[in-house]
Amino acid sequence: MSTNDKNIAVMTVVGSDAVGIIAKISTILADNDINIKDITQTILDDIFTMIMIIDLSSSKINIEDLSKLLTEVGESRNLSIRVQLKELFNIMHRI
Amino acid sequence: MITDLEVLETIRMFQEQHLDVRTITMGINLMDCADENPERACTKIYDKITRYAENLVSVGEQISKDYQVPIINKRISVTPISIIAAASKVDNYVCFAKAMDAAAKACGVNFIGGFSALVNKGCTHSDEKLMASIPESLAQTDFVCSSLNLASSRTGINMDAVRSMGRIILETAELTKDRDAIGCAKLVVFANAPEDNPFMAGSFLGPGEPECEINVGISGPGVIKSALETVRGQDLGVVAETIKKSAFKITRVGELVAREASRRLNVPFGIIDLSLAPTPAIGDSIARILEEFGLEDCGAWGTTAALAMLNDAVKKGGTMASSFVGGLSGAFIPVSEDEGMIDVAKRGAINLEKLEAMTCVCSVGLDMVAIPGDTPAEIISGIIADEMAIGTFNNKTTAVRVIPVPGKGVGDMVHFGGLLGSAPIMHVNPSSCKAFIDRGGRIPAPIHSMKN
Repeated sequence: MSTNDKNIAVMTVVGSDAVGIIAKISTILADNDINIKDITQTILDDIFTMIMIIDLSSSKINIEDLSKLLTEVGESRNLSIRVQLKELFNIMHRI
Repeated sequence: MITDLEVLETIRMFQEQHLDVRTITMGINLMDCADENPERACTKIYDKITRYAENLVSVGEQISKDYQVPIINKRISVTPISIIAAASKVDNYVCFAKAMDAAAKACGVNFIGGFSALVNKGCTHSDEKLMASIPESLAQTDFVCSSLNLASSRTGINMDAVRSMGRIILETAELTKDRDAIGCAKLVVFANAPEDNPFMAGSFLGPGEPECEINVGISGPGVIKSALETVRGQDLGVVAETIKKSAFKITRVGELVAREASRRLNVPFGIIDLSLAPTPAIGDSIARILEEFGLEDCGAWGTTAALAMLNDAVKKGGTMASSFVGGLSGAFIPVSEDEGMIDVAKRGAINLEKLEAMTCVCSVGLDMVAIPGDTPAEIISGIIADEMAIGTFNNKTTAVRVIPVPGKGVGDMVHFGGLLGSAPIMHVNPSSCKAFIDRGGRIPAPIHSMKN
């Protein structure tokens, strides 16, 4: 399947740092056949910030369900997790 | 590649700064629904609206889920009903409002606009019937919005209609007095009404518009406010640049949603309305942006200058971000729908006269202003006349949406609920303008209307 912008999403995880965040999220992604294309992790203003670029081309679930799933996981660990199509970021920040 | 900071900026806009798309409005032409038999006309109107807008709400919700962008309202606008109903042999147009209301409910939208008439130069018989039917129509329906174009820079001001509307607004208030005169919150009068405006209550689909189109209203006062917080103390050129950049980004989101809605509904994309539309929620206020400029209160001296700059910078930034811009496009300054505005109105830090001055440089006019229920009809007409003059003589859109609340006086609060918010009753200068309004007739078009 082609990997156009409609299948590429940006996932952000913002909150307090803790053991196992990346492991937990990676497992969810792997279980659903979602490929991680890029991952960065920084501490911005003392807040743990992880940004992942993920490819949903072969995903078992759609972005809406993934978003719900990750929100639940995030809430249990005091993390704010959002998934939004990369198209949105491109259109907003690039002419 | 998008940088981490850009990603986080976008995330914050949605998470903390209330960025949303305020409305996807589907405009539907009803010209082919005209019928001598009013019942048949109403059936055609209902059928056509429900056929065209059948998927509007579900598609809007799906786009919202796919992009994780809140889309607050899905709405419908139609051809001004006075044009459609003209063919029908009936004097009371309430049946048309009810058909619109039923169609809106069937489609699941929260407002339908177009119980309207364009009377900027004069009234047809049908326009007169529609105007007479407004109070009853707004009292007997839930979602119908009514608007009139009373003036234009090309034609001048129809002062006969201005006179009538003072009385009609009071009647509308009286018939909905059990709900704080909410009928008047669904009724707006314009000078230079845009024919593709997606925002209520003034949305209708003008006669020059296509069969069906998607118009999108953006929002985002919280984003502009947050951006300005980062440039405190810097000069006004920096402020203008900051607003332009934010407006560009906000508008791009609207453009994306509009294009996607147009594609999925197979309906042409009309315009993006580059408006800053506030809500009563904290952090979603135009008044607070103006205060961020360095004003103690919205309403202090300097407010008009700040608003002029804000309005202009939003347009400059937004125009670059969209292929088609239209509608009202500018900052709205409603009182009841803006948390900061409610606050300054309650404290008396702003008055109607200052609001009037601000309407010279914003996109609408005296909007969602609650006034005493015993305000005479001619004074309401006088308020309208002044606003119409500002729009007509300055080549811009202006509007009046005042709510004379029966049984309430200055300082009392009225609560409309939801996005319509709440407002204190504001003081109205009681000096009479009766003899002026009673003259009637037309105020001729300004000299600069003759551009040919």
